[in-house]
Amino acid sequence: MFSAKSLVKSFDAFRALGPLSFSFGTEHVLGVVGPSGCGKSTLLRLIAGLEAITWGTMELDGDPVTGARSDIAVVFQEPRLLPWASVRDNVGLGLWHLPRAQRQEAVDAALRRVNLFDFADALPKQLSGGMAQRVGIARALVAKPRLLLLDEPFAALDPLTRVKMQDHLLDIVGDEVPNVLLITHDIEEALVLSDRIIVLDGPPARIVRDIAIDLPKPRHRTGAPFQAHKAEILETLFGAADLAA
Amino acid sequence: MSDQAIAIDKRSGQFNGALLERLRRLGIALILPASIIAAWHLTAVSGRVPAYLLPQPLEVLNWLVRLVSTGELQRHLSTSIARAGIGFALGVSAATVLGVLTGYLLGWRRVVDPTIHALRTIPGLAWSPMFILWFGIGESSKYALIALVTFFPVYLNTMAGVAGVDRKLIEVGRVNRLSGLRMMTRILLPASLPSYFVGLRQSMGIAWIVLVAAELMGASSGIGFLLLDGQMTGRPALVMACMIIFALCGKITDIAISTIARHVLAWQDTLHTGE
Ligand SMILES: Nc1ncnc2c1ncn2[C@@H]1O[C@H](COP(=O)(O)OP(=O)(O)O)[C@@H](O)[C@H]1O
Ligand SMILES: [Mg+2]
Repeated sequence: MFSAKSLVKSFDAFRALGPLSFSFGTEHVLGVVGPSGCGKSTLLRLIAGLEAITWGTMELDGDPVTGARSDIAVVFQEPRLLPWASVRDNVGLGLWHLPRAQRQEAVDAALRRVNLFDFADALPKQLSGGMAQRVGIARALVAKPRLLLLDEPFAALDPLTRVKMQDHLLDIVGDEVPNVLLITHDIEEALVLSDRIIVLDGPPARIVRDIAIDLPKPRHRTGAPFQAHKAEILETLFGAADLAA
Repeated sequence: MSDQAIAIDKRSGQFNGALLERLRRLGIALILPASIIAAWHLTAVSGRVPAYLLPQPLEVLNWLVRLVSTGELQRHLSTSIARAGIGFALGVSAATVLGVLTGYLLGWRRVVDPTIHALRTIPGLAWSPMFILWFGIGESSKYALIALVTFFPVYLNTMAGVAGVDRKLIEVGRVNRLSGLRMMTRILLPASLPSYFVGLRQSMGIAWIVLVAAELMGASSGIGFLLLDGQMTGRPALVMACMIIFALCGKITDIAISTIARHVLAWQDTLHTGE
């Protein structure tokens, strides 16, 4: 269960986010959509401990969230792999506190999950964009986080790879990660993956819509209920009049 | 499966015809020096320029052979290498430590960096009278001078390298809770290695330049001394032989550093690593 109360983030005099309150936990995947620049990444960076909170509080399962923690993992828009380190060392980066054998075991398991076990000794420069992003996902999953944060994880991929990764993400993440927060500006991506979607507008980022998505998974992008939800979100963002015009 | 194909495709291709291409490039690079030596030879044997101004290339070669066979070259060269090597090692060690600290710690940078920049404006050789005064005419003053001039390039490049590490990679370290020493060894140092090697190459080049100057100013051994001896005794072929030895020293150490760099930086995804 994650909750944020009266969260505010300002960069000097410029308020990028808030006040914003929400909580989630019963849903597996919470989608966060909104136009570019509205403050989505800022929200993620606050939860990840990469930005200091200006005002407000966050909690994960009752513990206050005040900085980077091992049970909150991040996948960025770019893979952000360390170019000098092998795939194995990249994935094991956050497991420095574990003994070698345990670390190796966890890394191997994570690499198998993203189907890259054969590339454990490769360098990042030898990977395609999709593979590199899967290594980034393995690095986030390796410590079995309670909350996984994804910031437009597939936006930099080509359209075909993107659809493939969207279809496989839930298999990869599995039920081991109780909560996933998926930030995206791709409404269809949010609809394919999320159990609930909050629509942001801004800056400063604020919630303008909160929608439960009760469609069975895997979801068909062409189905009528799917398209109805899509229209609903588009209307929220742009207004019915603009869409009709 | 398609992933495998992509990775293999990226690795190969660089290998095909690599040797042939290198030989071809070597050939092209040798055209100009070969022509210059030929022109030099023809000018010298024609007698239009007196021998005390322009010795024949073969005479220079003769000197090189003689220096090797009498063991003189080995003696002088080992002295020079020790001076350059010890000075370089001292200067680079200090520069590495200070460069990493000033790159990483903003407070430290504000205290130390302006002073180092101010000191850098003093031409290295201008220190030599003071160094001779403080350390004597012997080896110590030469080590000190070479250490001083090799310090700056490594210091500046290391600092810039550490300070300029991609914020995005540092954030990866932060979300993985690397702190202090671990952030340094896992992320900051590897990321700044390319820039560190640039500094090493510059310093090595300067080390040889200043070595000659130091040996010309007061030494009883070393290649620089031999060169001065050639001048004093009116043997320009010996002078040119010494010049060639210096060129070889510089080139060999440069190749050594860039070869190490190429291996250490093999992870770089660039077009011409280490060239
Ligand atoms: N470090 C920063 N300093 C100043 N302004 C920032 C900073 N980071 C983000 N912003 C501003 O905050 C707003 C939201 O940015 P961001 O969260 O990246 O948007 P999104 O991810 O939704 O595209 C933007 O107007 C952006 O310019
Ligand atoms: Mg963003």
